[in-house]
Amino acid sequence: MKQIVIISGKGGTGKTVIAGAFAALARDKVMADCDVDAADLHLLLGSTIKKTYVFKSGFTAFTHRDRCEGCGVCRTACRFEAVRENFSIDPISCEGCAFCSFICPRQAIEMKANISGKWFISETRFGPLVHARLGIAEENSGKLVALVRQKAEEIAAEKNCRWIIIDGSPGIGCPVIASITGTDCAVIVIEPTLSGLHDARRVIDVAGHFNVPVRVIINKYDLNCDMTEKIEHWFKDKNIKILGKVGFSKAVVRSVVEGKTIIEYSENKVTRTLRSIWRLIEEEL
Amino acid sequence: MVISVASGKGGTGKTTVAVNLALSLDNVQLLDCDVEEPNSHIFIKPVFKSKSKVFIPIPVVDKTKCDGCGRCQEVCIYNAVAIAGKKVLIFPELCHGCGSCTYFCPHDAIKEENEEIGVVEAGEKSSIQFIHGKLNIGKMMAPPVIRAVKKHINKKKTVIIDAPPGTSCPVITAIKGTDFVILVTEPTPFGLNDLMLAVEVVRKLKIPFGVIVNRSDLGNKKTDDYCAREHISILMKIPFSKKIAGIYSRGDSIVEAMPEYREKFRELFEKIKQNKDESSAK
Repeated sequence: MKQIVIISGKGGTGKTVIAGAFAALARDKVMADCDVDAADLHLLLGSTIKKTYVFKSGFTAFTHRDRCEGCGVCRTACRFEAVRENFSIDPISCEGCAFCSFICPRQAIEMKANISGKWFISETRFGPLVHARLGIAEENSGKLVALVRQKAEEIAAEKNCRWIIIDGSPGIGCPVIASITGTDCAVIVIEPTLSGLHDARRVIDVAGHFNVPVRVIINKYDLNCDMTEKIEHWFKDKNIKILGKVGFSKAVVRSVVEGKTIIEYSENKVTRTLRSIWRLIEEEL
Repeated sequence: MVISVASGKGGTGKTTVAVNLALSLDNVQLLDCDVEEPNSHIFIKPVFKSKSKVFIPIPVVDKTKCDGCGRCQEVCIYNAVAIAGKKVLIFPELCHGCGSCTYFCPHDAIKEENEEIGVVEAGEKSSIQFIHGKLNIGKMMAPPVIRAVKKHINKKKTVIIDAPPGTSCPVITAIKGTDFVILVTEPTPFGLNDLMLAVEVVRKLKIPFGVIVNRSDLGNKKTDDYCAREHISILMKIPFSKKIAGIYSRGDSIVEAMPEYREKFRELFEKIKQNKDESSAK
């Protein structure tokens, strides 16, 4: 079983469109949407939720006013500015560390378990999809990502699947690290902009830091051919393989609007490139 | 006034809006709080004048004082401290730096050492004071770096915050305490799905907000319908243009290449002031 994760550093470069195309092209696969903040892959794959689970993680402090004497020890101890002037707790700032509840001389602060989100196993036109929805303004997205990946691995093992296709999130922090560790290849989707290159370089360093092999797709390459050329040179110097260059096409936007992968939607230069990219991945991994 | 620019989905145009708004106004501070992937500096090209490191405290055990009593393990909710036999093991990547273990150690055997997780750089470009943060490679926690950037807020200026994408802790840290949030979206099912999540976030934080629809002619009408249904004001629409895409790709700003946009961004600012006053009057 091989795990491929699609990331980009910068948002909006086309991760989900490309993950959707891979889902349509790969045989024997399970999909995992690890962008638990803002999951979108299910919108492309036509998913029906089969099972819903609650994700519990972490705690939030709660002050019992009847027991509180207002000594203020909690407020001094808290490093997250989560204890208000009246010693009630601002749940959004609270990190759930419980320092306040340990230090309170009156045991007036209770730590309550958070319901931090939900995760789902869905059936799609292309096979099983594990995805999640982090609760609004919740944290621990890294843990939820790990959970989504673990379930996808279980399903893949059970069904003897060849591929796990992971749609990642933008950035380089905790959810991205949780999405890429232990995968067989990180496919970096980069757009030909200064920001795109700047951000891709950072996320490639993160992948290197965690020993994840990297390959690159330049998406919407024809929006700035000079920049594309610069990017190609940069990667060549770094010995990083470019799998292919995908052109800009309004058909991609239309396919998203129709809730289809670009592979299903039409046959054009974009799909031809994506097919050859997928063939390369199949050959190399 | 402090205005933050956010979005659920990445790549919708947060930085474009933040940068061009900053370039259209006087007496501005621009804070790039997307510390995982900061980009605003590419467009502003500031001269950086100062650089400071951001640290988080990590517990370190003095073995000569520790008798392995295990109190530190009891008070660490993140399992960042574990007792193996009589030895204390610290897992810095799980530590949130709350200080509980240090405080409760009965033998005064734990002290905190600073671990660098990022940097904050400050500089200037014409009338803009520019500050951004950068999370170090391989580090998990963006919020402390974001908080360090926000320490520079000068309320005597118009402050514009370029926030990270998503709906979880980094975004919350960036937009919390700001006076108005601009949510930038695109009119596709992805954009709309993620906009709806972002709206839930700003409503939970009770911050007045409005929407900018970028690449407004690529997609469908459902974003307009949603905003009408939810009584959300659409502050501005920016149509897709290969010219704008080209300007962006080279790291240039729209208002410098297409000066007619300067007036549009000033109008945007006026609308925001109006919107904010109306919501605080409610």
